Amino acid sequence: MRFTLHIWRQKDAKSKGEFATYKMEDVSEHMSLLEMMDLLNENLINEGKEPIAFDHDCREGICGACSMAINGRPHGHVGATTTCQLHMRMFKDGDELYIEPFRARAFPVIKDLVVDRSALDRIIQAGGYVSVNTGAPQDANALPIPKESADLAMDAAACIGCGACVAACPNGAAMLFTSAKIMQLANLPQGQAERKKRALAMITQMEEEGFGACRNYYECEAVCPKSISVRFISRMNIEYLNASVSASL
Amino acid sequence: MKLDAKIPSGPIKDKWDKHRFEMKLINPANKRKFKIIVVGTGLAGSAAAASFSELGYNVEVFTYNDSSRRAHSIAAQGGINAAKNYRNDGDSIWRLFYDTVKGGDFRAREANVYRLAQVSNNIIDQCVAQGVPFAREYGGLLDNRSFGGAQVSRTFYARGQTGQQLLLGAYQALMKEAQNGVKIHTRKEMMDIVLIDGVCRGIVTRDLVTGKIESFAADAVCLATGGYGNVFFLSTNAIACNVTAAYRAYKKGAGFANPCFTQIHPTCIPVSGDHQSKLTLMSESLRNDGRIWVPKKHGDKRPPNQIPEEDRDYYLERKYPSFGNLSPRDISSRAAKEQCDDGRGVSATGYGVYLDFEDAIKRLGKAKIEERYGNLFEMYERITGEDPYTTPMMIYPASHYTMGGVWVDYNLMSTIPGLHVLGEANFSDHGANRLGASALMQGLADGYFVIPYTIGDYLAKNPLEKVTTEHPEFKKAVEEANSKVTKLLSIKGKRTPTSFHKELGKVMWEKVGMARNEKGLREALEIIPKIREEFWQNINVPGEATTLNMALERALRVADFLEFAEVMAWDALEREESCGAHFREEYQYEDGEAKRNDEKFTHVAVWEYQGVGKKPIRHQEELTFEDVSLAVRSYK
Repeated sequence: MRFTLHIWRQKDAKSKGEFATYKMEDVSEHMSLLEMMDLLNENLINEGKEPIAFDHDCREGICGACSMAINGRPHGHVGATTTCQLHMRMFKDGDELYIEPFRARAFPVIKDLVVDRSALDRIIQAGGYVSVNTGAPQDANALPIPKESADLAMDAAACIGCGACVAACPNGAAMLFTSAKIMQLANLPQGQAERKKRALAMITQMEEEGFGACRNYYECEAVCPKSISVRFISRMNIEYLNASVSASL
Repeated sequence: MKLDAKIPSGPIKDKWDKHRFEMKLINPANKRKFKIIVVGTGLAGSAAAASFSELGYNVEVFTYNDSSRRAHSIAAQGGINAAKNYRNDGDSIWRLFYDTVKGGDFRAREANVYRLAQVSNNIIDQCVAQGVPFAREYGGLLDNRSFGGAQVSRTFYARGQTGQQLLLGAYQALMKEAQNGVKIHTRKEMMDIVLIDGVCRGIVTRDLVTGKIESFAADAVCLATGGYGNVFFLSTNAIACNVTAAYRAYKKGAGFANPCFTQIHPTCIPVSGDHQSKLTLMSESLRNDGRIWVPKKHGDKRPPNQIPEEDRDYYLERKYPSFGNLSPRDISSRAAKEQCDDGRGVSATGYGVYLDFEDAIKRLGKAKIEERYGNLFEMYERITGEDPYTTPMMIYPASHYTMGGVWVDYNLMSTIPGLHVLGEANFSDHGANRLGASALMQGLADGYFVIPYTIGDYLAKNPLEKVTTEHPEFKKAVEEANSKVTKLLSIKGKRTPTSFHKELGKVMWEKVGMARNEKGLREALEIIPKIREEFWQNINVPGEATTLNMALERALRVADFLEFAEVMAWDALEREESCGAHFREEYQYEDGEAKRNDEKFTHVAVWEYQGVGKKPIRHQEELTFEDVSLAVRSYK
């Protein structure tokens, strides 16, 4: 297969970036998009040019490292998938592809397609945990949890922290990411003690990091590789309201 | 090299309790005076770092990823074992201990394995307390599933994402400790360890964004940097997984144990072409209903559904009639390789075999198969573009896990005082073969429940002088790292780092892979130094030292694989027996079963560095089996 690639090149955080165009011939339909990028990079090195920097690691859709938008859509046009799971057979021969980094105010570009997503870690640091130390907690089965609650918690916990939801949102909001962690823990008895404190702290941190507000575009759910539902956002808003009201009493 | 495993005396059941009581403690107020460095943020590293900080130590953590949540523990699918006996099916600490020793083909240290089985239960309790959403039954209690190598149901799981959920539990514990001062360095890769008077006192790192080489001093260092499966280039490991941290420790004097014990998983999606960058695992459970076959005739290119029954060779059913398609991992893997080497393999490259569900669908109906394997079929279709309901899957074995690693004593300390090694990076508790769902267990056992105790004992008993990174040894190590980077950038040859990695991987796969023999291993020992020599003359690393330079990162990792590969080949050559995942063609029974040599090889082989290209010295830690008697591992 043949492709024309327009790829975002940016030397570092301070430089201005621009698209560079590369023609790819003899691309196997079995290749993943990242393997095509590998091939392009091998060619660039052989030509004495600097390869394109992009984040990637597990290449099986679970680590959340890959962070590019293809033709304007984070993780590409195929639903419920990460960039590393896109295969070239999912595109048409001769396609032109625009490949750029996840764009958001809170995700500054580091180089080419690599962005800084450490803001997401800081949201978790603000309260995305249960404050229990390593030690001798009670037996695991001493705390029965209804299957429905456990399943709902798992639906939320499936988030891989890639940040596609932020990149897809016209406001650059991190509501889907934040709500996934808040609602995982709010649905479990282990999360109850810190439930209100957690909601307030994480949402405050989210705003401080420069993420935007939610206007119900639902673009986040559409690109989420793990199909995390926007219902968690509305649930989170209720959590936040409850917590704010109790805090002001 | 002195190998003192420091196994506590007394009955196996009491060793760990007794040892914990005998440890020296550090006053809670004094703990903050000690700094501990943790390299790697997978299950073992994150668990250890969080636990250290909770105890009050001063902790710095390093990962090359952009977030500590991305370590490759996250990709483990199946589950985690524990001896809870919630099923009332006869499980016990003793049985988990026994299964693990036997599964490891009697090449693991009994006392360590027993401790692992003991703390397995604490791990489940701890993870539930953290909010890990394990699968549950309608009554609200935890669900279990069965796994290979065990006759009890002891595996806890969170859908097909158990590794992810356990890692996020440990990650969140670590994030919680940020408020208590844990310093988390992301995008920083360890380049070397620093020894002062023979004691490990710090590390050298490269900042992957700025290229800056820095050093960090500490009172103790923990490496939790994973396995070296990427020595084969293609494996189920993440792309960046590498041997560098473990190998640097070895070069500075740490013994490296059993490097030839590498696990090859039989059911992975085969290589589709030269450009493939990694392999994806398909759950082993598929072999319950799938039948494995290749065409009988060489070069039969007909589509599988046009090959009639009489032209198919169901080779596992033919060769191992009692176990058939459910033959053990190592035997199934080797049999697939045999068929493909014989020229009867399928797929574009000829390295694949069919895993066919046609009969199962006829027998059980499509709905039943969909219920059992629906998500796996979907994953397969996503990667290959083929529908396994209508055309047989193609599978091939791939490098998956490494049982070998840095030698550690019962306290998880290497032969270098102050240097501790956790998780897959150590030579661990799995002997010559790891059972399914035991890797997660070991990583968390080391991180949550072993090292937090043993490191305190080390720090309490070994008063250290304060050092800073101004010490000449730190300056020297930084200089060495800098000059290595400069050298790689200055060669300006004609080949890419990846091309060398691929070339090495091919040699390792063919000659030090699933089945090994003396001739092949000697050839590998001839070829590897030649590749390495060319690497240092003909590598082309573009870009600069002071920017984000992924080609340089790759080159630095490949450089260490090129040295480490030789140690692996030496180990495979000198272990003149077949055991577990190490199969020497010269040592097998007539039916193809591995032939162990307990008289000569009931020991851990520990290698001591002697210089690049020089044969390392082989030491032995003798293994004694007092509680499980040595027996032939039979699958009949």
